[in-house]
Amino acid sequence: MTLVLNEEEIMLRDSAAGFLAESANVSAFRAHRDNPTASGFDRALWESIAEMGWCGIAIDEQYGGLSYGFTGLGLVLEQMGKHLSVSPFNSTVLMAGSLLEQCGTEAQKQEWLPKIASGEVVMTLAIQEGTFFDLDQLSQSVTTAPDGFTVQVEKRQVLDAIAADAFLVVGRDSDGFQGFIMSAADVSVQAQSMVDARSSGTVVVNTTCGKDAQLNPAAMNGKGLTRALDQIHIGLAAELLGLSTEAFERTVAYLRERKQFGKVIGSFQGLQHRAADLFAELELCRSIVLQALRAVDSGDELGGLASAAKAKVAQISQRATNEGIQMHGGIGMTDEYDIGFFIKRARVLEHTLGDFHYHLDRFAVKGGY
Amino acid sequence: MTDLSSFREETRDWLQANCPESMRTPIRGFEDIYNGGRKPEISHPDQVVWCERMASRGWTVPEWPVAYGGAGLSKAEVKVLREEMALIGARSPLDSFGISMLGPALLHFGNESQKLEHLPPIARGEIRWCQGYSEPNAGSDLASLATKAEDKGDHYLINGQKIWTSYADKADWIFCLVRTDNSGSKHEGISFVLFDMASPGVTVKPIKLISGSSPFCETFFDNATALKKNVVGEVGKGWTIAKYLLTHEREMISAFGTSTSKKTIGQRAAQVLGTDASGRLRAGTLRSVIAQYQLDTQAFTATMERVKDEAKAGQGLGPASSIFKYYGTELNKRRNELVLSVEGEQALGWDGDEYRGGEMARAWLRSKGNSIEGGTSEVQLNIVAKRVLGLPDA
Ligand SMILES: Cc1cc2nc3c(=O)[nH]c(=O)nc-3n(C[C@H](O)[C@H](O)[C@H](O)COP(=O)(O)OP(=O)(O)OC[C@H]3O[C@@H](n4cnc5c(N)ncnc54)[C@H](O)[C@@H]3O)c2cc1C
Repeated sequence: MTLVLNEEEIMLRDSAAGFLAESANVSAFRAHRDNPTASGFDRALWESIAEMGWCGIAIDEQYGGLSYGFTGLGLVLEQMGKHLSVSPFNSTVLMAGSLLEQCGTEAQKQEWLPKIASGEVVMTLAIQEGTFFDLDQLSQSVTTAPDGFTVQVEKRQVLDAIAADAFLVVGRDSDGFQGFIMSAADVSVQAQSMVDARSSGTVVVNTTCGKDAQLNPAAMNGKGLTRALDQIHIGLAAELLGLSTEAFERTVAYLRERKQFGKVIGSFQGLQHRAADLFAELELCRSIVLQALRAVDSGDELGGLASAAKAKVAQISQRATNEGIQMHGGIGMTDEYDIGFFIKRARVLEHTLGDFHYHLDRFAVKGGY
Repeated sequence: MTDLSSFREETRDWLQANCPESMRTPIRGFEDIYNGGRKPEISHPDQVVWCERMASRGWTVPEWPVAYGGAGLSKAEVKVLREEMALIGARSPLDSFGISMLGPALLHFGNESQKLEHLPPIARGEIRWCQGYSEPNAGSDLASLATKAEDKGDHYLINGQKIWTSYADKADWIFCLVRTDNSGSKHEGISFVLFDMASPGVTVKPIKLISGSSPFCETFFDNATALKKNVVGEVGKGWTIAKYLLTHEREMISAFGTSTSKKTIGQRAAQVLGTDASGRLRAGTLRSVIAQYQLDTQAFTATMERVKDEAKAGQGLGPASSIFKYYGTELNKRRNELVLSVEGEQALGWDGDEYRGGEMARAWLRSKGNSIEGGTSEVQLNIVAKRVLGLPDA
């Protein structure tokens, strides 16, 4: 496993960067924030993303994907973080895609993965209950019914719930974890309004599911669910890395141009050292994210690595965005200036499926203490 | 590939046959590191045997050319050698400033006769070197150094004082920064010279550290002489060489940031302080600090690997390498503080068998110097701010 991008990966990264800078950039985000579409994203953009094949990057060729690997997916997510691009990529590709790949039955994979790869479907993951994500605290919401299962639960922070065609609902029964594929008709959705102005919702489930909707219970209770969630944590860390790096670069650019006391503020050592230290931390983030992405592709046991990546980037994303505002001074507090978008998105991304504290704790548990 | 695997086999056999049993045990501290020299400090007689055997194959400096005492091994072969040594727990046969600092600078800037004269004795562990950079009034601002070298035809006459010269009392030769010209800017007129510490006019006075030992000295030059043939590079252009050597010194010091012990500090804490039913360390606030340290160590180690991999892939030494000295030494200080938190009174013992000679306390105190020696943390941050982030001078 080498921690360096090969030529093909660099090309993918650069072409993603080029496209997003043009078509899904920070001004596009502002336009979306000011005038959101009913679905919560721009359909034309989503189609272009699908046409470029990004939705199928990590999906196996036999299911209509490119078999390119998870590192490629991470590179695209990083660029989406950097440009604050809005699309159902996280919900559909990263979350639903990973869980189906790990825990879907063969029939389910054949039915759904090609649709994800082609961008035909918006699919999402409904897992969090209450105000925090905690896998160990999920309620017993699944019971056996005559010809299947009854599921009664309220799920929160479900990304793109308003527009989703299908939901992967994860819950528990008396034996362990259960997962089901449900259609939009099976659930009721209420929009949540979050600081990052992305579409998410509360999903109330009170329905019966047949056996064909049930994800493979062996995988859900073996390594599958953990592996899928680990992949998702790593993907979110990659997006957060892109966002944090961009917030930092914008801040350093400002340090080079803003003048006070007759000099550019970047000449003040108090700011220089904070910026240099943050640079060091971001380099560490970049390394651990790449290590985690590569570990997914090599099939290695992930242990605490996914939580290490998420915890480390979460911690530094706080610093990068807080310093981003502080070092801009008053203008950093204005809605008109873009730096504020980064702090809002950073915190929501951090809290999606476990914040810094959740992942630091899990990293320690996996480390044996 | 077959070449490499036959090299591995031969190496394994040779190490098996030639590495003394006593040299397959972990080193216990600075005293156990073999530095060679005319008057070597020896904690075990096998150190000399082991060093001689390795030197006879060029394996004390395996990547150096054969003509200079090395074995001319490729990077891949060196890696195999290191792996095979690690496999049997073989100690490094020789560590010295000659190998880690002067050698790379001479290979890069020295002329042929300088390389032939000075490199083989370093490789064989016959000559031990010290570093004459810092002066009482030239520390972080190293280029303001004032030790004077006067042109006397075939030699220079040297007058002045160095300070913090590590192992000046044990070393045979010194690589020294002197001022040969005062007329230009402070970075001009500095020359990089080599001379024998046994020359008349050189005196050293050990300085005791807070850790109790005296690894460094004040070094005085009172009409000491250095032959002109021992000026490395151009006269007056020594600053470039000084900086090049510093990058090698910093690389060596950064490695402190990667931990080599088998048990992590978290696992050690679990053993000493106990865990609850869920396996979590009972000391909750300490647990969080340890976890953040472990997290940073893992990410730092990955960064060292990434930079190596990028260089191997021909992408050059990226800007990330500029953080190593700073981050690695700060990490090592954090680790040593955590040792105190985990071991408590046991880590504060100074002397006697009960405290293994105050090993933990002394290592903790010594670690404070990591972020000073070789350029302080603040100086490293200045470098990152200016060179990498492009921020201007105040
Ligand atoms: C264990 C040890 C071994 C050593 N071995 C050797 C050796 O073998 N040979 C040798 O030549 N030297 C050696 N040194 C010396 C070392 O290189 C110097 O101590 C170091 O460069 C700092 O210089 P100084 O001690 O004069 O501190 P100063 O430069 O006086 O620094 C004092 C404080 O001011 C800060 N400071 C200074 N300038 C700036 C600035 N521009 N911006 C912000 N902060 C600043 C420093 O970071 C530091 O915190 C050794 C030092 C130690 C601790």
